[in-house]
Amino acid sequence: MRVTPVSLRQRLVMPLLALSAVLSVLIYLSVRIGADRASEATLDAVLGAAALAMAEEMRAGEGGAVVDLSPVTFSMLAAMGEERIFYRVALNGQTLTGYDDLPAPATPPTALSPVYYTVPFRGSELRVAAVSRSLMVDNRASPLTVLLGQTREGQKAISTRLANRAAGLGLLVFLAAVPLSLLAAGSLLRPIATLAEAVGRRGPRDLRPIRHPAPAELAPFVTALNGFIGRLRGTLSQTETFIAEAAHHIRTPLSVMRNEAELALRQTAEEATRARLRSLIRAVDDSARSAGQLLDHATVLFRADQKALAVVDLAAMLAAMVARFTPMAEMKDMALRLTPADRALPVAGDAVLVEAALRNIIDNAIKYSPQDSDIDLHARMANGFAVIEVCDRGRGLGGSAVQGLRVRFQRGSNVGDVAGSGLGLTIVDEAATAMGGHFALTEREGGGTCATLSLPLQG
Amino acid sequence: MRFLLVEDNRDLAASVKARLSMDGHGVDVAHSLAEAGDCLQAASYDLILLDIMLPDGDGRDFLARHRKAEGATPVIVMTARSAVSDRVDALDTGADDYITKPFDFAELEARCRAVLRRRGGVAQATRAFADLVFDQMAATLAVAGDLRDLRTREMRLMELFIAAPGRILSKEHLVDRLFSFSEPVSDNAIEVYVGRLRKKMLGSRARIETVRGLGYRLTETLE
Repeated sequence: MRVTPVSLRQRLVMPLLALSAVLSVLIYLSVRIGADRASEATLDAVLGAAALAMAEEMRAGEGGAVVDLSPVTFSMLAAMGEERIFYRVALNGQTLTGYDDLPAPATPPTALSPVYYTVPFRGSELRVAAVSRSLMVDNRASPLTVLLGQTREGQKAISTRLANRAAGLGLLVFLAAVPLSLLAAGSLLRPIATLAEAVGRRGPRDLRPIRHPAPAELAPFVTALNGFIGRLRGTLSQTETFIAEAAHHIRTPLSVMRNEAELALRQTAEEATRARLRSLIRAVDDSARSAGQLLDHATVLFRADQKALAVVDLAAMLAAMVARFTPMAEMKDMALRLTPADRALPVAGDAVLVEAALRNIIDNAIKYSPQDSDIDLHARMANGFAVIEVCDRGRGLGGSAVQGLRVRFQRGSNVGDVAGSGLGLTIVDEAATAMGGHFALTEREGGGTCATLSLPLQG
Repeated sequence: MRFLLVEDNRDLAASVKARLSMDGHGVDVAHSLAEAGDCLQAASYDLILLDIMLPDGDGRDFLARHRKAEGATPVIVMTARSAVSDRVDALDTGADDYITKPFDFAELEARCRAVLRRRGGVAQATRAFADLVFDQMAATLAVAGDLRDLRTREMRLMELFIAAPGRILSKEHLVDRLFSFSEPVSDNAIEVYVGRLRKKMLGSRARIETVRGLGYRLTETLE
């Protein structure tokens, strides 16, 4: 079973949101509990003070106690809001005045400091302060208890309002945390996205190390990636070296074989042997050619990766290649007729790739042309491109699809008796593409083929 | 012509030497850059055939040193690696041309001729037969003083006939020398070229005679 890894954004946003939710609840609770406690303590203090004042105002009278409530005490109680007040004054457990059924505290008050408790009384919650003192009645110390009760409806309403506000505040904090944490996650993940984009933008053969600036936390990742790219490059370059060495080790004995066969051919008169030797030489030529083109192909692919582009004068390169191929053309009594460009054709290219492309085009033209025919070469510029056109009077494309001829190891349908590997045009096409140009083959009017290589002009 | 062949593979050196000697060239073989240096001290050559990978160094360095010492002998680099960059390098360091192993001797000859013609070096190597004077370098044939240009294959055909006057050269032998082995050759190809050469020889006492069933030979008509 495949487990989809949790996204980094999710990993980052979720804890942030959870944290802010906890924070919001904490804010709510602390505001609510704190406010409740503070207001209760204040109200209790006033209630206690009023109860004490009442107790103090008790005087002993004849055969009992005299309750003389001063207006100050009641105005004190009235100041606490629109609450209802209940009281009970008892001497020796006998109610002197007030509500007889006002419940006494669980533990009777002993000193002058009040005892507070909450009881249900006549349908509402009642906060009661209880104080007691001794009163000399008939020369006997009698315990006097004052219970002062007060409803807390107004305070409850205030505290509910406060709680609602606290809840609103908590919700606000949480809501503010959502976009903030998304923003934070975005900014944290942006370098990863930028890096991925930089790597993704690369061409399929761009194997340069990543130099994109990345935060220190991503450095191990970039280093690992560059290490991997380095190994890939190493493998590629090893492959090229390997092919070069292999070509060397194949070609030297092939040379000996070919020379010996040619010597034997010169010294033998017997026709059967001569025919065998000729086909031996042909086979050697074939394998040498294939080895060369495989190497060319590997070199072109490798150089295309390097992107070591410099300014190359295509016109001068073409002239040099024509000089180079003239002896081979002359061997077939062919002429290479070059119409040079009237000026230099600087292109941004790799001399090695340009050489490989031109060599394969001209080699192909000579190979597939009949003796005594001429090959026309033109160098010109058109629409910002340096264009090289090589036209022969060869056998043409024979109806082969032009695209197909550029595919590796695929040869035209009409090549029959001419030796070849089918790599030549692939090499040209790949070299042209690597330098931002293109390569085309067209049938020539009056028979033959025109090969066109276009490379973007520089400057 | 006198060649200096610098090649460390002894089998290959021997076969190249045998093949060039067969065409009448003198060949000295050096198996290392040190030996090649000694040879250059001791004698002068028309052309150096230089391998790139040698036991005591890189042929291109030798070439650069040779050019720095103002050695003017034309050099054709023989490369087996055939890495594209090798070839570009070879020409940059002052080689006159390069050839990739294994090579066709006809191609080597063609390249030598082209290099020597470009350099304008080498003493005129002319051969004469009857009233013909054949200049191999210039690719001309003089018939009793009348100069005619030869195309490459006509010239190479003339080369073969004039090297062995009177001897019968078989059609097969001529095909092997004139055409590359990988190139399709029609049955009458040799007749075509012999015909062209005969046209160039018009007015001469020398003629190319057909020996029925055997081949052709260069003879002189005695009046």
